[in-house]
Amino acid sequence: MSVSAVGGATLTRRGVLPSWTPYAVVLGVAACVAALLAAAGNLKIVPLIAVTLVVSAAVIYVMSRVVEGSRRATDRLVTLSITTAFGLAVAPLISVLYQVFKRGLARFDSAFFTESARGVIGAGGGASHAIWGTLIITGCATVISVPIGIMAAIYLTEYGRGRLRRSITFFVDVMTGIPSIVAGLFAYALFALFLGPGTRMGIIGAVALSVLMIPIVIRASEEVLKIVPTHLREASYALGTPKWRTITKVVLPTALAGLVTGVMIAVARIIGETAPLLVTTGVIDSTNTNPFSGRMQNLAVYAFGEYRNPGVQRDAAFDRAWAAALTLILIVMVLFLAARLVYRRFGTEIR
Amino acid sequence: MRSAETQSRTPLDERRQDGEAREGFTGLPSRVPTGRTGDRVFAQSATLAGVLILITLAGVAAFLLAEAIPAITAKASELPDGKTLIGYVAPLVFGTVLAAAIAVVLAVPVAIAVALFISHIAPRRLALTLSYIVDLLAAIPSIIYGLWGIFVLGPAAVPVMEWLEHKLGFIPLFKGPASTTGRTLLVAAVVLAVMIVPIISAVAREVFSQTPRRLQEGALALGATRWEMIRMTVLPFGRSAIVSGSMLGLGRALGETMAVTIILSVSGVVTFNVISQSNPSTIAANIALNFPESSGLAVNTLIASGLVLFLITLLVNMGARAVINKQAAR
Repeated sequence: MSVSAVGGATLTRRGVLPSWTPYAVVLGVAACVAALLAAAGNLKIVPLIAVTLVVSAAVIYVMSRVVEGSRRATDRLVTLSITTAFGLAVAPLISVLYQVFKRGLARFDSAFFTESARGVIGAGGGASHAIWGTLIITGCATVISVPIGIMAAIYLTEYGRGRLRRSITFFVDVMTGIPSIVAGLFAYALFALFLGPGTRMGIIGAVALSVLMIPIVIRASEEVLKIVPTHLREASYALGTPKWRTITKVVLPTALAGLVTGVMIAVARIIGETAPLLVTTGVIDSTNTNPFSGRMQNLAVYAFGEYRNPGVQRDAAFDRAWAAALTLILIVMVLFLAARLVYRRFGTEIR
Repeated sequence: MRSAETQSRTPLDERRQDGEAREGFTGLPSRVPTGRTGDRVFAQSATLAGVLILITLAGVAAFLLAEAIPAITAKASELPDGKTLIGYVAPLVFGTVLAAAIAVVLAVPVAIAVALFISHIAPRRLALTLSYIVDLLAAIPSIIYGLWGIFVLGPAAVPVMEWLEHKLGFIPLFKGPASTTGRTLLVAAVVLAVMIVPIISAVAREVFSQTPRRLQEGALALGATRWEMIRMTVLPFGRSAIVSGSMLGLGRALGETMAVTIILSVSGVVTFNVISQSNPSTIAANIALNFPESSGLAVNTLIASGLVLFLITLLVNMGARAVINKQAAR
């Protein structure tokens, strides 16, 4: 094995392994394990990685213990374990992205974006109704959340003090932890009291999403408003500008890029929500663009419905579910990247 | 001040009066008593937006309670399954807590490692990119984790669960018989763990990177290896962050809906056996499965269970935030 290759002979200093040792050992062991697995006719990626890591950990520990002593050996073992754990945490992300692209591309065609699911039995059909619903519901939620969220953040950074400020800060944090389904039930209960039970409308879903979105907007905006330099405000006061004009004409424009970034990330967070919409907007197969009347479909609930009630041609329905998942992931990633770009391009004046 | 409002004032006058109202020149005035309509309206609407947060939280509890009351006062025979409300909700609470607890147990060590890797092990240049990748993990919609769990992770986990049954079957958790579809509580808990790792590690990372440099450098100067330095300075310093981050993760895992709804094959049993075909359901999954087709008292019953979930997560989250605030004040 590679032990001999990097053994005592190649030491640069007495008592210390060269810095490339761990990489060399992992690569060497990986090659050996791959050869063994291939010889056994069972070369798969997961066992390869698992066996490689366990064996290399042992090899590195023994080598280091012999050359460097037990304390450094433990250090190396822990470093390798922590790196492995990081890989373990990121592996699902890679697997999810790979699977969503692989399975989603089958139905990621023009029909998916132009046709609705109206009258579709078996293969074919699309999700244009769900895409419209997602855009409208998310749009309404944004229209509700952004003014409230930014005004609340202005209160927290510019006006608030004492107990009220402290308790609002505390409960904004608590509110970020509300389960999404509870937000959905809240919106349902709110409208059920006024409009009677069983009402399903797009706007109810938007209210549910707002409950989830407002705290995210507040948190992000508060962070940005906090880093607007104090001397800008003082300069404005020195010119006799009233406080509210200072905020609207100096503080907010300075923080604009950060605010936009925060809103985009908040939208990305809620656009894939399923549970609150499942209980508030209902399920429908045709396009409805009026959030104040009737049921409204959206991408996440559409994907869930295609999975849960696939109908006569299961695979066709599953393909549509994955295509919806791919659409959602693309929207989320584009929003995330755009948010970063906006901040990089326009957010520099704050520093 | 009131009489001054009626006179016409130059900006300079105003400035002086503002100055008098402040407590010196340090810090910003948090309330400038100009009495102008614009200022007053703006300040009041900002305050209103802040107070709206408190109203919303109170509203969530109030409206859920209002819709839950019919179920609370109804007789057992009128409720779904003919059980009392407590008899209906208790198995769901059991499933919810069991799934979330397993998820937290699995996620915490990995999350601590992720946080340490980004804050202390990985090259500085990479740290920002790595944390961005971990954040992306938190941004993937839960419906997609659900689909991934049922189509990819579940089938892949079947041999692992069979192995667990054969080798560790004496532990009640792995009593079996192992499911052949992978729609088990264990798989659901693993997916939940994947979803909460970014939350826990974000909190931990924040505090790990604030460990005083003098402590870390002191440990290294005394000859400690990197791991000994981490164990003696970073981990003790970040202990309460690990606790609060885990509680936040627990709160999220308790309320997570779609992944569990899709993955779990539920049968309403109460069992610690996490690898078999029949699993306890969770509150959130039960609502998502049954709410769309329910009407009448069944809806009220589901909302009552939602109220229980809200109260549990509220307590967990408030506990977590209290720990974080205590840490921040230190």
